Amino acid sequence: MSASTPTRGTAPVGLSKGEARTYASYARPAWQRWLLTRETAVILLLAVVFAWATSSVPNFDGPLTLYYLFLDLMPILLIALPMTLVIITGEIDLSVASTVVLTSAVTGLLTIDAGWGFGQAALVAIAVGALCGLFNGFLVGYVGLPSLAVTIGTLALYRGIAVGLLGTEAKTGFPEEWTDRVKERIGETSYPQVLVVFGVLAVVFVLLLHFSGFGRGVYEIGLNDEAARFSGVDVARTKLLLFVLAGAVSGLAGVYYTLRYDLARGDAANGLELQVIAAVLLGGVSIFGGRGALHGVVAGVLLIGVISSAMRLQGETENVTTIVIGLLLIASVVTPSFLSWVSGRLPAGVKGAFSRSRRT
Amino acid sequence: MKFNTRRATALVALTLAASTALTACGGGDGGSGDSAETITFLPKNLGNPYFDASSTGGENAVEAFGGTFEEVGPTNATPDAQVPFINTAAQQGVGALVISANDPTALGDALEEARDAGVKVVTFDSDVDAEYRDLFVNQATAEGIAEAQVDLVAEQIGGEGEVAILSAAANATNQNAWIDLMEEYAASEYPDIDIVETVYGDDDDQTSFDKTAALLQSHPDLKGIISPTTVGIAAAARYLSTSQYKGQVALTGLGTPNQMREYLEDGTVTAFALWNPEELGYLAAYAAHALVEGDITGEEGDTFEAGDLGEYTVGANGEVVLGEPTVFTVDNVGDFDF
Repeated sequence: MSASTPTRGTAPVGLSKGEARTYASYARPAWQRWLLTRETAVILLLAVVFAWATSSVPNFDGPLTLYYLFLDLMPILLIALPMTLVIITGEIDLSVASTVVLTSAVTGLLTIDAGWGFGQAALVAIAVGALCGLFNGFLVGYVGLPSLAVTIGTLALYRGIAVGLLGTEAKTGFPEEWTDRVKERIGETSYPQVLVVFGVLAVVFVLLLHFSGFGRGVYEIGLNDEAARFSGVDVARTKLLLFVLAGAVSGLAGVYYTLRYDLARGDAANGLELQVIAAVLLGGVSIFGGRGALHGVVAGVLLIGVISSAMRLQGETENVTTIVIGLLLIASVVTPSFLSWVSGRLPAGVKGAFSRSRRT
Repeated sequence: MKFNTRRATALVALTLAASTALTACGGGDGGSGDSAETITFLPKNLGNPYFDASSTGGENAVEAFGGTFEEVGPTNATPDAQVPFINTAAQQGVGALVISANDPTALGDALEEARDAGVKVVTFDSDVDAEYRDLFVNQATAEGIAEAQVDLVAEQIGGEGEVAILSAAANATNQNAWIDLMEEYAASEYPDIDIVETVYGDDDDQTSFDKTAALLQSHPDLKGIISPTTVGIAAAARYLSTSQYKGQVALTGLGTPNQMREYLEDGTVTAFALWNPEELGYLAAYAAHALVEGDITGEEGDTFEAGDLGEYTVGANGEVVLGEPTVFTVDNVGDFDF
């Protein structure tokens, strides 16, 4: 590899080769910065898979497909929003599915056993979710424990409490006005009304992550939390807040879960945390922190949903779907290194376009 | 050297991704055929020997009447995991969905939507509330289960003597219903049989084992034990097989052939009962077929042909009963694998 001159802007003297490349990549034209990203790749892949499924999977083009797709994906879509921020800081939250089950149990006990109104029970459940997150966030942010260990612990703890509260019993028979409401469509379309709730939350999270100082702090922590601390980011408080958000949104997902299946059960939402994390990583968020964007994550969730739905319609078993998604995930991690290797061999003008992924 | 390794890894990954995509594309023929009537089986979970047996029966039946058989299902036996598969059946507009439900009410909405899409819904093994399905194919009535077990123990102890019951949990609804019916039936048909005690092993192997030991200690004249639960009967057989009571105290109840095979062969147990899941799946498939063909609507009194099993009549609440439980002995146990 011979040293090359970046296309725009000249690297200051004394930079290492890697630094020079980084410098060059930030100076590349806007269309490259915006289009040649992992997020764009996921969106393109989603479009291709969707087109393939529509044209060659029997019944995929039917009126129910999108409706069920969104109903099934809703918990993943919701939880993926705060999970993205958590993972960008370099942390992880494995306890979200257990929080879903615990909040679902709380909703069930308050509504069915204690006779509360569903609205109040749901608010309490979301608060319980936030408390679960607060506990995680305190241990991670202020005590300084690794989030992987903490949330493996609370994964067991929260589900354990849920099973303890419910026993082997399932709570069903939630008020119909509520269970019907989450399944209602927007007008005559295939889109369920809960998408509106997701849309509002998504806008909030996009503003938070991509258009606020708080969001810049999130990226900084993921890149180097020491440096972030010295540049004035309150690392502990940021992490605490993110875990609280993850808990509260999981609580909301728990309420949704309860209504969607008219059910609170200790063994529900099995493996949901891994589905969420897989979708976030597929969407281009780095597991090491520091990079990723919400539009990519939403595309990642939809990609997993479309693949699962299409494969179910083809009569494939769940295991095959899991294998496909697993391979896709590995490919999504390997592809960037592959592209950067390719770009090292491209003519100077194109060079750098692929090499750096978008950071903020 | 280092570059070569990285290049190789990247190429392998790309090839894998590409081949995955191609395989997925090539799988287009796996879909449901529109020409033949499709019957989709949705067991509580996949990889469960009991449901493997019922699906085998279902597949045999569907082959016999010339439809398309599909089996789908979750890996975990939970209702939330079953719902997407019910939704998929609705999207495909299959002829009928034959389901063993993981919850009596939670699947209601999804099943209703499937029926709105024209899918006939048959439950088997485990029912949902009657309003959500067209038919329930029941393995056996509570009376049938209770009577078969009392008849078996009576035959094995010569119609007289002390008998005890080893049940599951003290609050298990179906177990308690059976026990009440067993006591009634024994009192009226076998006046010389005395049911001395009912103990509970909580469907836990070790607890059931210990309770068996305690029963034999406290009732030295005990002639027989009935265990209407597959966990209990296997634990009791394990205890008896190594004790002085082997061959002296009769043991019967509800068990699966695979669990009980060795105890039949070593003489600890002579006969026990359970419904035959293969026949259950077979009957459910034929019931679904009759609904799709419009031969029946699920009304009480409707009759339909179920291949080798003969004619069946729909009972109250859209229920079809398979019949008497199958009795397993050392002679026929080799024919079953579940």
